[in-house]
Amino acid sequence: MSIKGKAYLMGAFEHPTRDAPDKTTAQLHAECAKGALEDAGLGFDDVDAYFCAGDAPGFGAMSMIDYMGLKNVRHMDTTETGGSSYILHVGHAAQAIAAGKCQVALITLAGRPRNGGNRPGASMAGGARGPGLSDGPPEAGFESIYGGSTHNTYGMCAMRHMYEYGTTSEQLAWIKVAASHHAQWNEHAFLKSVVTVEDVVNSRMISDPLHLLDCCVVTDGGGALIVTSPEIAKSLKRPKVRVLGAGEAPKVQQGGKLDLTYSGAVWSGPRAFEEAGVTPADIKYASIYDSFTITVLMQLEDLGFCKKGEGGKFVADGNLISGVGKLPFNTDGGGLCNNHPTNRGGITKVIEAVRQLRGEAHPKVQVANCDLALAHGTGGSLGVRHGAATLIMEREG
Amino acid sequence: MSELMTRPVPAPAVTLENKPFFDAAEEGKFLIKRCTACGEAHWYPRSMCPFCHSDKTVWEESAGEGVVYSFSILRKSPSGPYALAYVTLAEGPNVLTNVVDVAPDDLKIGMKVKVKLQPTEGGPPVPVFTPA
Repeated sequence: MSIKGKAYLMGAFEHPTRDAPDKTTAQLHAECAKGALEDAGLGFDDVDAYFCAGDAPGFGAMSMIDYMGLKNVRHMDTTETGGSSYILHVGHAAQAIAAGKCQVALITLAGRPRNGGNRPGASMAGGARGPGLSDGPPEAGFESIYGGSTHNTYGMCAMRHMYEYGTTSEQLAWIKVAASHHAQWNEHAFLKSVVTVEDVVNSRMISDPLHLLDCCVVTDGGGALIVTSPEIAKSLKRPKVRVLGAGEAPKVQQGGKLDLTYSGAVWSGPRAFEEAGVTPADIKYASIYDSFTITVLMQLEDLGFCKKGEGGKFVADGNLISGVGKLPFNTDGGGLCNNHPTNRGGITKVIEAVRQLRGEAHPKVQVANCDLALAHGTGGSLGVRHGAATLIMEREG
Repeated sequence: MSELMTRPVPAPAVTLENKPFFDAAEEGKFLIKRCTACGEAHWYPRSMCPFCHSDKTVWEESAGEGVVYSFSILRKSPSGPYALAYVTLAEGPNVLTNVVDVAPDDLKIGMKVKVKLQPTEGGPPVPVFTPA
């Protein structure tokens, strides 16, 4: 497949300002977006892909998607290659459009070097200051000051989920219990002891309603993946794991109309399933991001493994334990027991799915005839401002 | 745990867009932004309406009344346990904040709360919420 003739540049806008003492960088991004959309005769709601580089303030693409109120994004790219980024983004947008991943891609650039704006690449923390004023993430003045961490932001999701659906700490504990049953067979696992529901609910409260054992491990380490063309795959000696479908989505705070009981998996999941041509019932093994027990429960619901609000019942009684329950998950012990290198669990989710599809998982946790697997992750804050990604893979032959 | 929770809040990052909010906070007023094109109130405040994308957004004084949408109490911190929360304002938007002057065991989803502008070190006051 080539991108030749598959995509069109239909909107272009150069901001008239050359000196912006009175606007933030976020505002300039949004004004540029509006200008290009108006030029094309399109609106913000038509945008289904967003591209930005290191000049965009905040958390990757999330802060600007949030600021601009983009609600239909299903493809994101924040590749940073300095000043050439936006040319490269057009190439990437054309590839995404040719692959059917999106139809309307928005690419923005903005900054205020004359007025003390952040240098591109400044982090989500707060950033450089001009004369007395900040020009960092647009949400910073209203969020980071309140002491939000992963523990308490995810805790708020669990608290609301319990309030709305009657989910219990004991049900959440079953997720850790299942992970520990798997980790006992993994010689590299950070925590190898099998734990009980009582162990979890009696462990120290970290941030209500999440206990110490509701939390993932903190580990050093890493991982890598190789993705190849079918021709290269055929020439290699390893079992073939074929990519069937992928879906992605941002979830942001929607101008304050937030709902903490679901994640971006409600959008990324159906996209991946549709592309793969399979349903949740077909999945033999699932790698589900497990920064906390609540992360797993919400994502299982959102991916369609059970109905919304019934995750507690679904995970209870060992239903996630390989060889015992209906949906074996995180057979390496997951982030809850095995590994969560540099606080990013996405890559280990794919790695264990590859092991399962190759038949190379530990014999005690290997799923019989494992020919179809899913890996799903949430990056950022569950409930508000995160990127969700779903991947579906099958064993070929 | 019956001690009332408090939390020292650091100075907020004041930007060109949010300066009127923090200037008003210095005068004891709690503002929100509303779009005059579509009528919707939003949070956090920004120049462009996140719903209809009009730039006709205006500041509006709010009584700062709302209910706790969700919360989580981080049990260990240098200043003791504190509550991170989302409060649903009477005007509609959910606001990330700390709920203070409440005992951990008394804090509940649905609790009525009211804004309190709390001083920060070296910056303008910021909105936290207390039981109404």
